[in-house]
Amino acid sequence: MFDVDKWQEILATIKKNKMRTFLTGFSVAWGIFMLMILLGSGNGLSNGVASNFMNDAINGMWIWTGETTIPYQGMKSGRQIQFHNEDQDLVRKVSGVGVSSGRYFMGNTRYSYKKESGEYTTITCQPELIDVENLIIHEGRFINQIDLLQNRKVVVLGTDIKTALFKDSAAIGEYVNINKVPFKVVGICSEPGSTRNRNAYMPLSTSQMIFNGSNRLHNLALTINAQTLEESKAIEEQIRNVLGRKHKFDPKDEGAIGLFNKLEAYIQTMKIFQAIKIFIWIIGIGTLIAGIVGVSNIMLIVVKERTKEIGIRKAIGASPSSVIGLILLESIMITTIAGYIGLVLGTGLMELINYFMVQSAAAAAAAGAAVSDQGGNNAMFLNPTVDINIAFYSTLLLIVAGAIAGYIPAKRAASIKPIVALRDE
Amino acid sequence: MIRLNNIHKSYEMGNNSLHVLKGIDLHIEQGDFVSIMGSSGSGKSTLLNILGMLDNYDKGTYHLAGNLISNMSEKKAAQLRNDMVGFIFQSFNLISFKNAMENVALPLYYKGVPRKKRNLIAMEYLEKLGLKEWANHMPNEMSGGQKQRVAIARALISKPKIILADEPTGALDSATSYEVMDIMKDVNESGISVIIVTHEHDIAAMTNQIIRLKDGLIHEIIRNGELKQFKKEFIHGLEAAKIPSYV
Repeated sequence: MFDVDKWQEILATIKKNKMRTFLTGFSVAWGIFMLMILLGSGNGLSNGVASNFMNDAINGMWIWTGETTIPYQGMKSGRQIQFHNEDQDLVRKVSGVGVSSGRYFMGNTRYSYKKESGEYTTITCQPELIDVENLIIHEGRFINQIDLLQNRKVVVLGTDIKTALFKDSAAIGEYVNINKVPFKVVGICSEPGSTRNRNAYMPLSTSQMIFNGSNRLHNLALTINAQTLEESKAIEEQIRNVLGRKHKFDPKDEGAIGLFNKLEAYIQTMKIFQAIKIFIWIIGIGTLIAGIVGVSNIMLIVVKERTKEIGIRKAIGASPSSVIGLILLESIMITTIAGYIGLVLGTGLMELINYFMVQSAAAAAAAGAAVSDQGGNNAMFLNPTVDINIAFYSTLLLIVAGAIAGYIPAKRAASIKPIVALRDE
Repeated sequence: MIRLNNIHKSYEMGNNSLHVLKGIDLHIEQGDFVSIMGSSGSGKSTLLNILGMLDNYDKGTYHLAGNLISNMSEKKAAQLRNDMVGFIFQSFNLISFKNAMENVALPLYYKGVPRKKRNLIAMEYLEKLGLKEWANHMPNEMSGGQKQRVAIARALISKPKIILADEPTGALDSATSYEVMDIMKDVNESGISVIIVTHEHDIAAMTNQIIRLKDGLIHEIIRNGELKQFKKEFIHGLEAAKIPSYV
């Protein structure tokens, strides 16, 4: 297909009609430019939200207790439900449940080290919590199984507590007094995406023993192995059934136990983004179609203008297919080149926005370190770029668009009878 | 070479149908030098277009070099045109954005001749027609006679069996017209059949055979011997026509 003459002829006509070619190309370039910006923004939004979700395990589930709201088996509503250690065992047995950790919260526990002291929240937990909440360990380690078995008096501090109590000195291996009981610091951690790390973690068994928690639990944090919304709903229902049987409440009672299913929220949010993405594609392609119609229109005029030339060509032996090729190639060339310019400009703009966002995020992070507790990096907009695949498909789309735009005019050109064309003065 | 048998052709003009050719029987041999004459509307251009496979006919048969030309695919027709026929038009019909050499070389492009080779051949033909220095000029930089010579070179480059010329001198002054006719005569002497549509008697008189069309039918065919008589009559007629205007 590569033929110097054909290209020269196409270039010659393009050169002769710079303004017309520019206007034609502009409509296509604009279409693809808008498509890229829309897709980039959509991606940015969806990436931002997805990364916020990543702060915890996507498949995390949290269960907490409440009061019953539906009378059940002869018992009035308004009954307080209390979790105990055996509830965790029950939930653990439900198929589809991954790792789990029971938790017992102790608000306003007093932490002191040498002359420094403060009140913080203590979360007593099991080692699995790290998987559910994606905690980041900066130094040392998290609570482990041996801590739990031996009821060790160890604690993992949030970064803010560490800074407040220890300043710049090392904390690992030191003892802090927690409600006047000395605990050994074994790790420093923080929660992803959070700027307030004022929680401390200690083994569940230790706290239940020391702080009179007996075998009570406040809530359960666990992960579930589900791929779809339906699967996760089924697991959720099973957990409600199991706990309902144990504590004698209606499994449909939303008040008796609270349950937050992260995966459900995640899947639903992602569905919304899917819909937004489809919407963006529709708008983008609509814009592009306007461009294609523009090109097609101009090509029809081109064919009309070149009727005589096409007639001459046919008279001296041009086959219809060679005439079609001539018109089609010109149209494809205009749309592809113009579209490519739009593509480059669109992705370029999105990259530029991304660059400035990364810069300002870095600046904000630096500022955030200096003035801690201020603002958050919960950006709703992250990495607003179009991936290479989309760019590739868009280019393909352009070539197809060019072919469609050229098809009708080319067909018209091929059907021109040389005799009619030659009369056309 | 060319054998027409009872050719009919009519054009649809809205609701009316215009019967242009009403049964043409014609036989043209290889190497003939023929002119087709007739008043406007007599069907001479239509006949030429049918001969050149630029247009279809409704009824009858047309054999070109033994091939029956009827309802063939456009591709086949284009190929046959490329191989057999060279066209020369009144308005030259050069492609305006190509220079003389590229215009001449174009038929070879459709034959699939490589670029360098066909440009070389085009230069040869331009040289034959005395236009070597004009090879790189665009059509709008040339005079009518030069343009027509480029068009003739273009018609000849594919080594056709027939040259079809539709009013080749219609847009030229008489001196240039005669130059062009001399070239046509040379072309004919090289063995190519030449068919010219014209309404100028002096041009027709330079050919070996005149076909007069009248109302879609062949009115008369004047051949070699009779042609001298025709010339004499024509010149006489001219003089006769001139006299009243001077008196």
